[in-house]
Amino acid sequence: MSTETAEAPIKEKEGLLSKRRKKFVTDPLNDDNPITVQVLGICSALAVTTQMKPTLVMALSVIFVLIFSNLIISLMRNAIPTRVRIIVQLAVVATLVTLVNEVLKAYAFDMYKTLSVFIGLIITNCIVMGRLEAFALGNKPYDSVLDGLGSGLGYSWIILAVAFFREIWGSGNVFGYPVFEAMGIENFATNGLMVSPVGAFIVLGFIIWVQRSKTGYVEQ
Amino acid sequence: MQQSNSYIIIFSVILTIVLGGLLSGVSQVLGPAQKKAVDLDTKKQILGAIPTEKERLADMEPEAILERYSQVINSTVTDYQGNIVETDADGNPVVAENVEIEKNYKKPAEERLFPIFKYTADGNESYILPTFGAGLWDAIWGFVALAPDLETIQGVSFDHRGETPGLGARITSDDVQARYQGKEIYNNQGELISVTMVKGENTPETALGPHKVDGMAGATLTANGVNAMLQNYLSYYQSYFDKNVRNQAMSMNVETSKQ
Repeated sequence: MSTETAEAPIKEKEGLLSKRRKKFVTDPLNDDNPITVQVLGICSALAVTTQMKPTLVMALSVIFVLIFSNLIISLMRNAIPTRVRIIVQLAVVATLVTLVNEVLKAYAFDMYKTLSVFIGLIITNCIVMGRLEAFALGNKPYDSVLDGLGSGLGYSWIILAVAFFREIWGSGNVFGYPVFEAMGIENFATNGLMVSPVGAFIVLGFIIWVQRSKTGYVEQ
Repeated sequence: MQQSNSYIIIFSVILTIVLGGLLSGVSQVLGPAQKKAVDLDTKKQILGAIPTEKERLADMEPEAILERYSQVINSTVTDYQGNIVETDADGNPVVAENVEIEKNYKKPAEERLFPIFKYTADGNESYILPTFGAGLWDAIWGFVALAPDLETIQGVSFDHRGETPGLGARITSDDVQARYQGKEIYNNQGELISVTMVKGENTPETALGPHKVDGMAGATLTANGVNAMLQNYLSYYQSYFDKNVRNQAMSMNVETSKQ
């Protein structure tokens, strides 16, 4: 993780979206992506990505949890006793995740049925805990919100990309819309491998390959 | 920063109270909406067992679905012996829609309650029967619509909790469920043999006959779960049909022959 734990020196009047702050949002999108570079949060990336619709809901949920857990932990960062900080982080994350789950159950029951288990598993998503430990505990609230947004978006675009390929090859749809039928290709042969979790590994592997050959990133 | 033990304890207590209070507040506020969502979902699944209703469900607003449900569904609850159950042990009325099939599934079959949803609309009649069982990974359940002859399946709707997407989870897809339409659950000797989903896909209809449906490639274990579920639950409803439906039909026949 390249993002620093220590607070960067801040000038007197810094713009709301200064260069330093923009980096919080843009870094995790590519150079420091939580999935492809840090290889965190893989389990949910594999599990929910068979179709794009639940993937989008999952992505929004993770963004919500990341932003607000970062904000809350950052607000409390000077009051949290160091010895129980992990428990405190867990409690906050678990509360937010339960909130998301309850809201989905009330207003998007179909999504709740498909995603329920995986929404619950956001609690153990390493990205969330990772950001709290590495960033929110040592940075101001606004910066933490931006950092949460950045990591959330970085996670989201990867799982949406994986879901796009898995859904189009696995079931011939995009967001549940039968693209191949619409193009007049009636008997598009779907690939069963893509709907199984193995498909996600393969697609993810290709994305990491393409990304690393572009950025030149090498594991040390 | 090293804090004292009492600080840690007080901090934890306050955090617990605040977060706990927040969650219970949310659950209070959202409770009614969630109950409505669950209720709507159950009624959608019940209506979804009838193919003509299922087609219309997709374009219907929630209120319209609830209204349609109250118009066409007449529900009763029966026990294992086929007696109608109207009140529970404490004397409270039993509502078929509120009978939790999963909770009942955990009891021995003799102690379970079995809701029956009678569908009447536009001259069509059918008995919609809830079923419950185990798939490959987790629970599966469904509703089977039986024609008034009590032999022919008019339609089914299945759902599951954790079957593999694209394999076992296909029991929720329309094309798999449509395979059950028109199948018969009794053989020529009048024995209940249910309907079995075979192993392997794309079996020609001629090879299947009236008691078998085409399978799902790669999901034979889920299919076995569906088969066991149907076999079990269809047999549980037989005593109800014997006591309340076939008997009445017979006594009516006797009366007409006397005249």
